[in-house]
Amino acid sequence: MTPTTDPATTRRLPIGSDADLAWLRHQVRQVAAGLGFGLVQQTKLVTAASELARNTLVHGGGGEVKITPLADGPKRGLQLAFVDSGPGIADVEQAMSDGYTSGGGLGMGLGGAKRLMDEFRIDTTPGQGTVVTVTAWITGIPAARRGER
Amino acid sequence: MSEQVTAEVAARELGAFLERCREQIAQRWADAPLFRTVFTVSRDEAVEACKAVVDALCEVASSGRLEDVAAPGFDSVREQLGRMAASRAGSGFGPAQIADEAAGLRVAASELLRHESSGPVGREAHEVLLALTVLMGTLRLVIMQTSLNAGEELIARQRLQLLEVATPVISLWEGVVAVPLIGTLDSARSQVVMEALLHAIVEQRARYAILDITGVPTVDSLVAQHLMKTVAAARLMGADCIVSGIRPAIAQTIVHLGIDLSPVLTRGSLADALAYALAQQGVEVSRTVAGANSR
Amino acid sequence: MTSPLPAYEAPVPVLALGDVLLISLQGELHDGTAEQLQQDISRRVAGSAATGVVIDVSGVEIVDSFLGRIIAEIAAAVRLLAARTVLCGMRPAVAITLVELGLTLPGLVTTLDVDRAFDVLRRSDPGRAEEGT
Repeated sequence: MTPTTDPATTRRLPIGSDADLAWLRHQVRQVAAGLGFGLVQQTKLVTAASELARNTLVHGGGGEVKITPLADGPKRGLQLAFVDSGPGIADVEQAMSDGYTSGGGLGMGLGGAKRLMDEFRIDTTPGQGTVVTVTAWITGIPAARRGER
Repeated sequence: MSEQVTAEVAARELGAFLERCREQIAQRWADAPLFRTVFTVSRDEAVEACKAVVDALCEVASSGRLEDVAAPGFDSVREQLGRMAASRAGSGFGPAQIADEAAGLRVAASELLRHESSGPVGREAHEVLLALTVLMGTLRLVIMQTSLNAGEELIARQRLQLLEVATPVISLWEGVVAVPLIGTLDSARSQVVMEALLHAIVEQRARYAILDITGVPTVDSLVAQHLMKTVAAARLMGADCIVSGIRPAIAQTIVHLGIDLSPVLTRGSLADALAYALAQQGVEVSRTVAGANSR
Repeated sequence: MTSPLPAYEAPVPVLALGDVLLISLQGELHDGTAEQLQQDISRRVAGSAATGVVIDVSGVEIVDSFLGRIIAEIAAAVRLLAARTVLCGMRPAVAITLVELGLTLPGLVTTLDVDRAFDVLRRSDPGRAEEGT
């Protein structure tokens, strides 16, 4: 059964400035917490969102993110799609490799975000723009309990 | 008339029958264990639940998808059917038995169809009865599917609970915690270990964390990667990790695979690791005269 | 700073305690604010007798690669100015995420909290070369 998404529940946020990034992190955290993601998963989600949003801002010339809660039977998840109409990415493989000290390059944004999420997809056309879509599913691993049970 | 057209007509007639006799069917079904044991507040509640199922079946019949378990008509009652199946499973019934109980519903519905005075007659009646049989068969499959899903969910939940229980973090000494890892260290397990360990470091204000892998049967590059991640995460929180319990065979495998564990502190036994951690903190362990006389 | 900043972009508080600078990062940190901080720290360490810098991230819920790089660069600049940097108070969820990102910040001294950070700075000789951990 393909996951169901309800277009009516997709939230769109602009990515045009530093302040937008901060607001976006806040919103993603709220939505994730509301869906039932645990703290560690929330942190990974928001961090990945921060990476990808910054990429959209710095390399894509700005754009938006589409936040969509997902349901697949009993599983619940969250999908984030980062859209820009910037220059696109010529060499995706190279962009995905971690270039921590690559200065003006895409650095760890894409590779890092991929490791933090369950699903990662990138659609890009040089000269037309890029869409990076990531998804995380709630895994419900319980946090450590002390002496309980 | 071609077989397909006959089937379509029969399906529509079936839908009409279900709508006509909704109340009667629901009343008959309300006494079946599948509904009665789940909707225990009142019989009316059970009847309402039955009506919901009849409505769903009606929609499926009208759409002509009698054999399709994924027919959207079932969506409105999938959750309810899931709850019913889960409840019966809770009483100790397996998916096959639950499906058999669903078969009983078919009998009640067919009887009503046969004795209906204002319904189709002769050849037509036969076709509609056939359609009903097929549809009820599909319902049985849907119920079985939901009960299997519920079972899978239960197993997944229990597996997670087991993971947590199998990962105790022990406070060995002031500032020293230890995690005896037992069994395979896969990605899910590694996540649980990391979270448990880091929380213990905070609570115990630990400077040293001992990861004992005596109970880990094999160490390949993936396991080594998980260990390295745990060590790195602990270090970010100011705690040094010591990996202990590396058996000679494991040591050979690690070297053979070319895994570089050099940034990680290792000791042969947990005792050695503890001794190291104590020494680092300036704690001395000595034997007194009284102790030497015992045993 | 000639113009007042909006409330949510307030500059990061930097406390001078003896010859140690204590930076407490709190909550949301805009990219621009982080870069500004980097410059401010270098200026202050160079202009004072500071021998140590403590970066407390106990109030930080998200450290992404940008902030991680800023922190690493602050430490590198401080080292060039003959002082030491200690990073303290990282939350478990943040540590797990950073490691997954591949940012292990090697060479940066880390402690559980501010107290221990000051202990480390007190015990060490700022002129001595950086140890492994």
